[in-house]
Amino acid sequence: MSDEIKFSIDGVEIKAIPGQTILQAADAAGVYIPRLCAHRQLSPHGSCRVCTVKVNGRPQAACTQPAAPGIIVENNTDEMKAVRTSIVDMLFVEGNHFCMFCEKSGNCELQAMAYRLGIAAPQHEYLFPSRPLDASHPEVFIDRNRCILCGRCVRAAKELDNKNVFQFVGRGIHKHIAVNAEHGLSETDLAGVDRAVSACPVGAILRKRVGYSIPVGERLYDKQPIGSDIEADRSSAGK
Amino acid sequence: MTAKKIIIEPVTRVEGHGKVTIHLDDKGQVTDAKLHIVEFRGFERFIQGRPFWEVPVTIQRLCGICPVSHHLAAAKAMDLIVGVDKLTPTAEKMRRLMHYGQMFQSHALHFFHLCSPDLLFGFDADVGIRNVVGVAAKYPELAVQGVMMRRYGQEIIKATAGKKIHGTGAIPGGINKNLSIAERDALLKEIDQQMAWSKAALKIAKDYTVDHLELAKAFASFESSHLTLIREDGAMDLYHGNLRAIDKDGNRIFDQVNYQQYADYIAEEVRDYSYMEFPFIRSIGPENGWYRVGPLARVNACDFIDTPLAEAARKEFMAVTGGKPNHLSLGYHWARMIELLHSAEKIQMLLNDPDLQGEDLVLKGERRGEAVGLIEAPRGTLFHHYKVNENDQVTMCNLIVSTTSNNEPMNRAVSSVAKKYLSGVEITEGLLNHVEVAIRAYDPCLSCATHALGRMPLEVSVLDCAGNVLSRKATN
Ligand code: SF4
Repeated sequence: MSDEIKFSIDGVEIKAIPGQTILQAADAAGVYIPRLCAHRQLSPHGSCRVCTVKVNGRPQAACTQPAAPGIIVENNTDEMKAVRTSIVDMLFVEGNHFCMFCEKSGNCELQAMAYRLGIAAPQHEYLFPSRPLDASHPEVFIDRNRCILCGRCVRAAKELDNKNVFQFVGRGIHKHIAVNAEHGLSETDLAGVDRAVSACPVGAILRKRVGYSIPVGERLYDKQPIGSDIEADRSSAGK
Repeated sequence: MTAKKIIIEPVTRVEGHGKVTIHLDDKGQVTDAKLHIVEFRGFERFIQGRPFWEVPVTIQRLCGICPVSHHLAAAKAMDLIVGVDKLTPTAEKMRRLMHYGQMFQSHALHFFHLCSPDLLFGFDADVGIRNVVGVAAKYPELAVQGVMMRRYGQEIIKATAGKKIHGTGAIPGGINKNLSIAERDALLKEIDQQMAWSKAALKIAKDYTVDHLELAKAFASFESSHLTLIREDGAMDLYHGNLRAIDKDGNRIFDQVNYQQYADYIAEEVRDYSYMEFPFIRSIGPENGWYRVGPLARVNACDFIDTPLAEAARKEFMAVTGGKPNHLSLGYHWARMIELLHSAEKIQMLLNDPDLQGEDLVLKGERRGEAVGLIEAPRGTLFHHYKVNENDQVTMCNLIVSTTSNNEPMNRAVSSVAKKYLSGVEITEGLLNHVEVAIRAYDPCLSCATHALGRMPLEVSVLDCAGNVLSRKATN
């Protein structure tokens, strides 16, 4: 194709089509750039910064930065890994994430990211915030203790479910996910099967009564590290 | 979420000494003694508002020593919350296997690491030798057996709960996995050896008690009531049953009580010197209604054991007291090993049961608002009581752990030792040793009590009748 864009990630040539972000082009080529707020079916958000790469020497969010001809992207370098480790580390200490007991454990992207980055224990101090639970909905509950403010629920509700259920309120450390109703989730038109529910990467929005029904060993990230589905595409994408 | 609890409490427990106070009257005679156990009620607050299906997993953070017991007791309560009175055979048997695995590893750990040094070297032996390292040096095969038996129990827990600690196997209404053929065969391969070691451990405990019967009778021995779960036909059942309480002579105080009504039969009293609540049998009252739980109570109170080797061992045990309840604190060790063998027999039976490969794992029913789950944990009857609102959130939780029930018996045991070994106000090494051995018989779930390598960290104080400390000494 004449309008094909070529650039490199860690020295590997990547082809992109105009309009693709660096992250989308990397995914298509089977190169994994870690991310939490980005989701294939949702518009880019650029908020978590886990996908930070260096583009021609400058840090950029790969999920929002367009692919451009000839750019040199640094992704899987020690420097970028250190940046991501630090970000993920902060996400852990800002909330109350107790993987050992959390029902999302093994299926949680934050936990899987920590494993992939080799984070055994956070370097920063835990803040132990006190955040409320919303269990009013018959099928879904929100545990804000585990929210990483990725905004996926906000976008999935709007873009995939065509509903206006979630929004962010507050600023800085007080920023949190709110529902578009006065008395909690039960007053919204959210349904248990909505994409906004399954889009949550962590155990903050969960379908009720599912709990620990998948045994240890059978959960998504028990079997493969996060990102390996993308990397598995590499050989076929290269053809 | 009061997250502080999670981080701070275990640390405090690990570092804390068990505190014992011995009280003297105005003539300097021992009146009583108290073991001060700081019980962590924080969990009951922590789970307020949490979704009920989370509890069988999160409750395990309460106790690093028998998490599986809490896992199962909570799951049993949550079965009822989701309206399931009877599990599928696969679910019930998987849970039983998990429980016997836990019982097996807990009893093996206690016997080989904590109790055997006392029995093999004698209570007065130098603490430098009287520990698990000493056992390993003098009886290397025993130390190895202890490790291998513990590991075997943990493998069973892993195969049934998913992980060796903090597994997720039991879920409201059932279990999340069955036992694969590969898992079954790996466990079956070792069961004969485990059975042989269990018999040998039982023999050590039995021989010791029979050979030292006079010592055992004179050491921290006192009459008490006993409480346990019991099967409908009177058999020992560590996983499920109804409540039975017997008095010191073996007469039934109550029997076959549905434990959903436990609060009509057992009450709790808070005493000012301890955070711990003291449970007692209502019909007898707070003064004398205390009771023992755990291996001694279970062997005393059951009519029979439904596995042949353990039943033969039970008969020998009961013969020592002419069929009447055995009140020796040191009898706990023997009773514990009878249960170890019983667990091994049950494990063997279950591993050969094709129901464990069944596919029917979870049932559903009509939601309820309140339920009680009981189980016989390694250390005794464990009560879990919950209320859950219409939003699926826990609104009330009451736990009675076995160490709480055994608190008064442990006070009596220490008191009896103090009366015998304390002269004046000076706390001798001998007194410290004997206090330690007496408490250890009950296998209390204090982290300090399972301090595997050294001695139990204990601080003993002698107080006069005005509450002034006359002397204080700690193990180091
Ligand atoms: S609730 Fe989940 S999806 Fe929504 S912002 Fe928080 S972590 Fe992201």
